[in-house]
Amino acid sequence: MVIFGVALLSICMLTGIFLGEMMGLSLGIEANVGGVGIAMLMLVLIVDYLKKRDKLSKAAQDGVGFWSAMYIPIVIAMSANQNVAGALDGGPLAIITGIAVVLISWMFVPILSKSKSQTSSENITVDNDIIGGKTTNVRNIK
Amino acid sequence: MFETLSNVFIENQLIVSFAIVGITMYIAYVISNKLTKGRIHGSAIAIIIGLLLAYIGGVTTGGEKGLSDISIFAGIGLMGGGMLRDFAIVATAFGANFDEIKKAGLNGIASLFIGVILSFIVGVAIAFAFGYSDAVSLTTIGAGTATYIVGPVTGAAIGASSEVITISIAAGLVKSILTMIGTPFIAKYIGLNNPRTAMVYGGLMGTTSGVAGGLAATDPKLVPYGAVTATFYTGLGCLMAPSILFLITRALFG
Repeated sequence: MVIFGVALLSICMLTGIFLGEMMGLSLGIEANVGGVGIAMLMLVLIVDYLKKRDKLSKAAQDGVGFWSAMYIPIVIAMSANQNVAGALDGGPLAIITGIAVVLISWMFVPILSKSKSQTSSENITVDNDIIGGKTTNVRNIK
Repeated sequence: MFETLSNVFIENQLIVSFAIVGITMYIAYVISNKLTKGRIHGSAIAIIIGLLLAYIGGVTTGGEKGLSDISIFAGIGLMGGGMLRDFAIVATAFGANFDEIKKAGLNGIASLFIGVILSFIVGVAIAFAFGYSDAVSLTTIGAGTATYIVGPVTGAAIGASSEVITISIAAGLVKSILTMIGTPFIAKYIGLNNPRTAMVYGGLMGTTSGVAGGLAATDPKLVPYGAVTATFYTGLGCLMAPSILFLITRALFG
């Protein structure tokens, strides 16, 4: 059933967020430490385990797939929620800092990802249709 | 009639937001195909439209939540809020390959630490150039340069003025917005086309919304890899900025 997939996803998220909160508490900080990341790792491992044993029905997979496909629309709604006016009101210091850190971080990306990379770009095993968007349109630079 | 319509919208907020986002995406993809011949990805255009709407919403209402401050569009706040965003991000892991995450694990962790420290240094240096010289203000602005959550958390912990905290939030917001817009354009030049680089990217940039939006507009297949590291960044920043990074800053600037 579709709800099994959605419930699995929910349980992973709740467990992850809970562990993230506990991690934050135990470190004495007011933030969730990687809750979503923990949830993602849980989901990957559980789905892998269930798929290998053929315990995850097509419908249950569709339940997760739907939310995965809703990701881009949700991100667009998220962008419409940003405090853009606030960011621009922060004055030149905030704007220059924000721009500088992005540019400098970009320069570090190739340096940090260099070691024996470039091998894995071809073998990403993803069910393209569940992520949403047409694959032909996926890469913006052709 | 207008009142009835507006009531229908207000009572069905979330459904309104599905319709608005769907229409926005349709328009964005038409612009992408017709005006840019597919060179600029539809999602990137949709995100820019979203940010423009957020700006209009912010200016007209004076609120902090962009378009969702306008009552008939409040559902956008629910759809794009933390709960559904995190839910959808977790769901993207469904398509991720655990072996790829394991392979790039060490690079990802290294990039997290380097990302937090690098952002902090850039923030402190620019704040110093703008005339701030006390350790508390410098640390808070440096922390805000990590993400707009690390800034206020750190500022509150070490007792920064509200003016400095505001600047730190704004710096983090600029970073997040620029990451959303800029990622698809810079991707080609920094080799951002494989899971390993995406994980490093998430760790270096750290802003979950920025990385999530930016990668979505670059290549949706990369989203889970970037998100899995980015979600650790804010926690790490909140851990390091008010403690070790503050102590170092205080030792240097007194």
